[in-house]
Amino acid sequence: MSNGSLWEYANPVKFMRLSGQVLPWVAGLAAACVVGGLFWGFFLTPDDFRQGSTVKIIFLHVPAALVAINAWVMMLVASLVWLIRRHHVAALAAKAAAPVGAVMTVIGLFTGAVWGQPMWGTWWVWDPRLTAFLILFLFYLGYIALWSAIEDAETAADLTAVLCLVGTVFAVLSRYAAFFWSQGLHQGASLSLQPGTRMDWAYKAPLYVCMAGFTLLFLALLLAGTRTEIRARRSRALMIRERMAA
Amino acid sequence: MPDLGAYTVEVSLAYLGSLGLLGGLTLWVWLRGRRVRADLDLIENRSERNRHG
Repeated sequence: MSNGSLWEYANPVKFMRLSGQVLPWVAGLAAACVVGGLFWGFFLTPDDFRQGSTVKIIFLHVPAALVAINAWVMMLVASLVWLIRRHHVAALAAKAAAPVGAVMTVIGLFTGAVWGQPMWGTWWVWDPRLTAFLILFLFYLGYIALWSAIEDAETAADLTAVLCLVGTVFAVLSRYAAFFWSQGLHQGASLSLQPGTRMDWAYKAPLYVCMAGFTLLFLALLLAGTRTEIRARRSRALMIRERMAA
Repeated sequence: MPDLGAYTVEVSLAYLGSLGLLGGLTLWVWLRGRRVRADLDLIENRSERNRHG
């Protein structure tokens, strides 16, 4: 009997059933938004009067950085659910999110460097926001390595959850370092709810589509990855049962 | 192809590199999912056979 609670989906069977139904739609919508948004941004936006055509890099850089930071926040929530309520699906979802977040961080760093070279005159600078983002990437690598290094799944989930709590400092700094420290080359938020926001709609509209696309892509890869982790866990359990029966 | 002016190399590099990474990630998630699913099917069938002698 359904009680309508979110915790129902901590049950792997229910999660697999629901995610199996939702995944094709999320994946299709993600593909449409990513392809449509990037096509719009690359082919149909004008050059900026100061940045020239490098302004088109924003359609990759901002959505990738957004997902890289929010993926870590999602992993933090999932880790807390694991630590407090011991729901395996939460731990496996955090594990599945890490490679996606890591690749998004690489895209953010790479596109930032490629844009920074002609605009700032340097590929890299030890600016607080950039440095925090690089450390976040190293935390992603450490998180993935820790999951691989520990054989016992529960111990791995515990230790990676603690690592996730520590790394959250750098996820927050990646987003807000420009507010905490006034020095540094990286500008503040490209988009703001404050009146008098600086970006024209010619750029803002495709940027919103790309942000939605990257977020949906993250969700699709997260669902697919979590389903894989659940199946891998079941395989391990069956093999242990076989070995014990033999 | 839009005219990218003086920044053709930078913008093309950013798009090609990022799309390559996104494509690679999607492919990796999909292929790993397929492999793990095939492994699980194999193990489940074997367990079922063993259970029924």
